[in-house]
Amino acid sequence: MAQWSTEPAGALVRSAQAFARNARREQFWRSPLIGFRDPRYWQILSLAVLLAFGLCALGFDQSPVSVAAILCCALMVQWICCKAARLLHYDPLSALISALSLCLLLRAEQLWVLAAASVLAIASKFLIRCNGKHVFNPTNFAIGVMLLSGMAWISPAQWGSRTWLAFLLSGLASLVLSRAKRAGVALAFLATFVGILFARALYLGDPWAIPIKQMQSGALLVFAFFMISDPKTTPNQRGMRIAFGVMVAVLAAYLQYVAYLPQGLMYALFFASPIVPLLDHLCAVPRRYQWSKPTV
Amino acid sequence: MRIPIGLAALAASVLAAASQASAFCGFYVAKADAKLFNRSSKVVVARKDRRTVITMASDYEGDPKEFALVVPVPTVVTREQIRITDNHLIDHLDAYTAPRLVEYFDHDLCAYQNRITLAGSSLPASLAAVPADREAALGVKIEAQYTVGEYDIVILSASQSDGLSTWLTEEGYRIPSAAAPVLGSYIKQGMKFFVAKVNLQEKSRLGFQYLRPIQVAYDTHKFMVPIRLGTVNADGPQDMVVLMLTANGRVEATNYRTQRIPTDVDLPVFTRTEFAKVYKALFDTQIKQDGMTAVYLEYAWNMAWCDPCAADPIPNDKLVELGAFWLGNTSTGRSIRSFGPLNVFVTRLHVRYDGKKFPEDLMFQETADTASFQGRYVIRHPYKGPITCPLGEDYQKLLVPRLVQEAQTLARLTGWEPRAIAESMRNAGQPISVDPARP
Repeated sequence: MAQWSTEPAGALVRSAQAFARNARREQFWRSPLIGFRDPRYWQILSLAVLLAFGLCALGFDQSPVSVAAILCCALMVQWICCKAARLLHYDPLSALISALSLCLLLRAEQLWVLAAASVLAIASKFLIRCNGKHVFNPTNFAIGVMLLSGMAWISPAQWGSRTWLAFLLSGLASLVLSRAKRAGVALAFLATFVGILFARALYLGDPWAIPIKQMQSGALLVFAFFMISDPKTTPNQRGMRIAFGVMVAVLAAYLQYVAYLPQGLMYALFFASPIVPLLDHLCAVPRRYQWSKPTV
Repeated sequence: MRIPIGLAALAASVLAAASQASAFCGFYVAKADAKLFNRSSKVVVARKDRRTVITMASDYEGDPKEFALVVPVPTVVTREQIRITDNHLIDHLDAYTAPRLVEYFDHDLCAYQNRITLAGSSLPASLAAVPADREAALGVKIEAQYTVGEYDIVILSASQSDGLSTWLTEEGYRIPSAAAPVLGSYIKQGMKFFVAKVNLQEKSRLGFQYLRPIQVAYDTHKFMVPIRLGTVNADGPQDMVVLMLTANGRVEATNYRTQRIPTDVDLPVFTRTEFAKVYKALFDTQIKQDGMTAVYLEYAWNMAWCDPCAADPIPNDKLVELGAFWLGNTSTGRSIRSFGPLNVFVTRLHVRYDGKKFPEDLMFQETADTASFQGRYVIRHPYKGPITCPLGEDYQKLLVPRLVQEAQTLARLTGWEPRAIAESMRNAGQPISVDPARP
């Protein structure tokens, strides 16, 4: 479902040269300066602080070299793809969010696996598209592919409860700062998932300490605030978005607590994402949401 | 040249020392008010795909007739899926993976000799017939009943926790009242119960003085070690060492933080004879710092090699006996290579837990991580020969801050008083001064 087709190499080079010449005039770099009203700055800040804390204090199995590799690959691929897709507007913010989320979640022994995940994440935005939207959340796509390959893993429990609380507050603040559209799907997901955890505990006769412990996963929060709430990969219609959040939560709880897949969350969104274009088709509404125009 | 100094015998004592109290995956129950001795528990879990082989050992020292074990299992297990194995196999794997102390000897720089000697050392590291209608009335079903080795084993399924509690109590098991909700939770999750008691006749016929570990194999998606029942009647936190054998890579907990134990640090020379004490204090300090919320990684390594080896390598047929079924099958006569490169990765996890901080059973996942890790502590013996050149004098100048650094490291890791450390170092011929202004 590639939106753009490959051009002859010469045309690409000419286009790139023209791009470089006109970069300033066409405000190629303008997006980072749009203003700090963009909620993504807040998201980047909270992800970066969390990553720094995780690396320094929580002993995340992620080396600074891996972090650098993931960030560089993501920004580079975003830049190349922007040019190749002839976008006048290079927007590093969403790539940065994807890359930081990857740094927080994905672990691999070999550096190239992480670099490949980063490339996959960003490239998927440009290559796997439908109705002008990318189908998969970039981070989720890369994690899904890498988990299926068996070369990488995620460590969902590597967070202390205090860190988790701080992150929860930061994530909620981020939701408040951002538009309501993002909040709806994240809150629907969180409410359903947490509701299932407590209902399960009630059914099993378990103490509340168990669902509270199960909630305290950093992966759950990164998932809710930065993956499922990605405006580009959620249904356009509000009711559908809520239904999508609920559906992913039910699937995730099933995979995690019935099929005993510790990465149930990631797989749930990974397998549910291709349904979004169908939901959009069933319930077409005029697209209203735009970041600051031509973001991918 | 590497010289193992053979402290393997200490392995068990350190484990015991590092534990305050302990239990099994399940819990021990007694028929009478007999005192239970259950200081530490060791579990070996071998897993590939869905096939899981769990071997449970304990240092139970009480009267065999008081011994009882209740462990939730995901499926009904048949007679062929239960084996009784030997303690020494688990002890061997325990010693092989235990945190270790290594020692080096500084050489005479003046003689331009490069003979560095590394010394590696191991460390530390028949149920009464009950009328069937009674069971039906209680909602308890005996799925299977076997005598294996010195044990009488019953596999139970139940439809209600109260019925199961009543049945167990009527059968002479002392069930704490708080266990009922936990049993209820397992029942609703479709788990069965593996209940073992010692068959005294078989035990005396077989002639074993101690209780041998029980090994159970089953297929399940649940990669877990049940700890909840063990916390119900526990008197304080318990220690458990989980030794994981997998085909691909390191194992980590998915519902509790897995943290690496501090490693590769230089310690004062006097710790050579006190390493068990040092490691116990180090572990206690770590638990205190983290608020007893983590599972600690003490060893992760491919079984094909070790460096330094804390115990003799384990032959492949012994690994199969420990549960690494994918290496081959001794009973079918398929040949197994004695030693050498193989796809068995061992992960040693050490957890101290209680019901409050660890409300949920331990859940695990196998990762693709094959990087080697070990709890390794180093002592460096200073060169004591005559100094005959300026290079040697420089070495002596650097020695003082090095000793201070070693003392500080020990104080930081163990929480011991710097003055007491300085005293021990002085007694060992390494006098350092302690700054009274510094804690």
